[in-house]
Amino acid sequence: MLEVASIHSFYGKAHILDALSFSVARGEVVALLGRNGAGKSTTMKSVMQLVRPRAGSVIFEGRELVGLPAYRVAKAGLGYVPEDRRVFSDLTVLENLEVGRQPKRDGAPHWTVAQLFELFPNLAERRHNRGKHLSGGEQQMLTIARTLMGNPALLLLDEPSEGIAPVIVEQMARSIAMLKSEGLTVLLSEQNLHFARAVADRAVILEAGQKKFDGSFETLESRPEIRDAYLSV
Amino acid sequence: MAFLFALFLTGLANAAALFLVASGLSLIFGVTRIVNFAHGSFYMLGAFIGVTLMELLPGAVGFWGAILLTGLAVGLIGALVEIVVLRRIYRAPELFQLVATFGVILVIQDLALMIWGAEDRLGPRAPGLRGVWRIFGEPVPKFDIVLIAITPVILLALWYLITRTRLGILVRAATQDREMVGALGVNQAWLFTGVFALGSALAGWGGALQLPKGGANLLMDFNIIGAVFVVVVIGGMGSLPGAFIAAVLISVLNAFGVAFLPESTLVLMFVVMAAVLILRPYGLLGREETAGEHGQVGAPETPIRPYGPRGVALTVALLVLLAALPAFAEPFLLTLVVDITVFALFAASLHFILGTGGMVSFGHAAFFGGGAYAAALLVYHSETPMELAFLCAPLAAGVLALGIGWFCIRLSGVYFAMLTLAFSQLVWSLAFQWRSVTRGDDGLINIWPADWLNAPMPYYYLTLALGVGGILTLRHIIHAPFGYALRAGRDSPRQAEAMGINVGRVQLVAFALAGAMAGLAGGLFVFSKGSVFPTELEITKSFDALIVVFLGGVKTLAGGVVGASFMTSVEHWLTRLEYWRLVLGLVIIAVVILMPEGIVGTLKRLAGRLRPSTEEAPR
Repeated sequence: MLEVASIHSFYGKAHILDALSFSVARGEVVALLGRNGAGKSTTMKSVMQLVRPRAGSVIFEGRELVGLPAYRVAKAGLGYVPEDRRVFSDLTVLENLEVGRQPKRDGAPHWTVAQLFELFPNLAERRHNRGKHLSGGEQQMLTIARTLMGNPALLLLDEPSEGIAPVIVEQMARSIAMLKSEGLTVLLSEQNLHFARAVADRAVILEAGQKKFDGSFETLESRPEIRDAYLSV
Repeated sequence: MAFLFALFLTGLANAAALFLVASGLSLIFGVTRIVNFAHGSFYMLGAFIGVTLMELLPGAVGFWGAILLTGLAVGLIGALVEIVVLRRIYRAPELFQLVATFGVILVIQDLALMIWGAEDRLGPRAPGLRGVWRIFGEPVPKFDIVLIAITPVILLALWYLITRTRLGILVRAATQDREMVGALGVNQAWLFTGVFALGSALAGWGGALQLPKGGANLLMDFNIIGAVFVVVVIGGMGSLPGAFIAAVLISVLNAFGVAFLPESTLVLMFVVMAAVLILRPYGLLGREETAGEHGQVGAPETPIRPYGPRGVALTVALLVLLAALPAFAEPFLLTLVVDITVFALFAASLHFILGTGGMVSFGHAAFFGGGAYAAALLVYHSETPMELAFLCAPLAAGVLALGIGWFCIRLSGVYFAMLTLAFSQLVWSLAFQWRSVTRGDDGLINIWPADWLNAPMPYYYLTLALGVGGILTLRHIIHAPFGYALRAGRDSPRQAEAMGINVGRVQLVAFALAGAMAGLAGGLFVFSKGSVFPTELEITKSFDALIVVFLGGVKTLAGGVVGASFMTSVEHWLTRLEYWRLVLGLVIIAVVILMPEGIVGTLKRLAGRLRPSTEEAPR
């Protein structure tokens, strides 16, 4: 479904992604793992074209994304949930969802506000509250719900468990499992190995913008030297 | 009492047009972050198009139909400007768009001159609303009452649009975080165009609605823009109810001012603005601007370095050439070089606080004109010797800058810019309306240099010595510890504070120093021309300097000087043409679009591309 081939991304002169390649198949949940600064968020942004790769290609369902403006990438069926949440703090929960609303898409689950409130019950209670008055966990749910309003076929989740309470993390894991059962494909980035193992089918490990591992969690389990070298546990 | 109430109603009626124009500007700024200087031009276009349509369409239906159509037409023109000019430069350095909108002002001025001619047009009376109604015995024009009734309706309609529709929700979301809105699948380009068109249409409606009370003329664009900025800033950037309250406040105050203190009308609104900003730095209903809130991460600054041997050699060669110039050049060329040097010093002083200090001042003319006026007033009223009066130019301007800066440095970004604009307008209106001292727009004349300098050649050398000396001093300071502190305060005020730099004080000293240098330029100016008029304090003068700095390149040290030479030369040749504003406007727009790093920045990049040497070219 998504084919990232040898992309190089930069911030100014800093070379962040170095010939990174990986793929995500339809219906799969893939976790990008790695330490702070390994390039996880930049990978997400490079797929979304918020950071433009200087070389390489990102093919989504047979379509080249590199060079497209971000809104066209979103329209093509990618939903991006940023790590720093970026809820519209002056807009209410309902208004935040409205910003994300896009028409129904073939081959992707269709979401309504009512369904999303079922998935994230906390948001239903706070529908008329402004984004800035939500807790961190609620904001995280809101950004995911907001992105789902665009009926994406592939969800990019940047560090969904970061900075939220453990009990919410569990809820988040259940939500992601539920999204997968609805037929959504998910690429998420994580530092939390346990969370990633709980929700993802496969792990891709980054270090200094290069891929160091790509395989199942069982394989990763059997090679502790990789975990010790590239993940902070 | 009845008279006072009638005055109050007049003020309310005047608020209608002002609110329309201000709400448009506020809306555009909120979403696109562009301070649209050309907004007054859309107001002017509204007036002219309105007059034309009203002449074509008969009766009451024609009158109101003409107003409606005018807004739509101006909205279309706004959309065109956005698509052709602004859309290409959203990624350009912050505030660079200002320069483009200034180019648009010039183009629209000359187009209006071509189409409608130079004569003022009187607005037609509204059919069926020609007379007056008596309220408590005082006559109040019927049209005024209609305007008073319409304004809240417009406010409500806008409020509904912004708070209750999808477009409004997207607009508010984009005001906070444009990039995220794009990542959610919204094409920002069209959202921006739509908002720009709507804002322009509002300005157009304002221009058409005020016709029965005023008319259409070619000065309307600059005349309203000052008031509109004041309204938007008092109300709080981006707040519609704020703009409404401020428009009413300013208009009512103005109505009373006209009746009781006619000399103070211009000063009054800027005094109110300064007072509001000092008490509530972000306007009555505005919110604090925090850096990075909008998801924009600027490109990292390329550090500026002192010139290498080649740069030094080039500068020395240029100086030698300039020093030798009187030996073979004609007098008019000497005058041109004097003009360029004066302007270059003025621009370099703005560049010093803008580029190095990150303080974008919209009112730098206050110090140029302030210095010029200080010297001229001394000569004119007390026949002070030229040498002494000349020394007072930078001194007075520096003290003025110290005073104004003390208020302004509490603010940053657009609010800083607006407060400096307000203060400079204050100084301008003093020069313009305090006729007993300044002779108003008759200006102060016969301000000539002392005998030993009163010839082209000595004055040329004086200008060259002081102008070049001033510019080199500023350059030197940029590379001195004080310059480092200033740059640290620009890039990261908090970290600078944490390192023990008193950012506020560093900025204030820099602001005063820049003011003094501008005053020095003003002093050189007044004795070279022999006169000074309030135009030297006008917004346009401040804008000229801004344009020059941006054109030359903010991030390069030579930017101000190169930009000033470019502008003065181009203007010198262009003003011979009938429609020189059109050409100059197009040149400015072209430079902005084609050379987003400014002239110097672009030349540097091209040079770097030609020879990929040891020094990596700035991206």
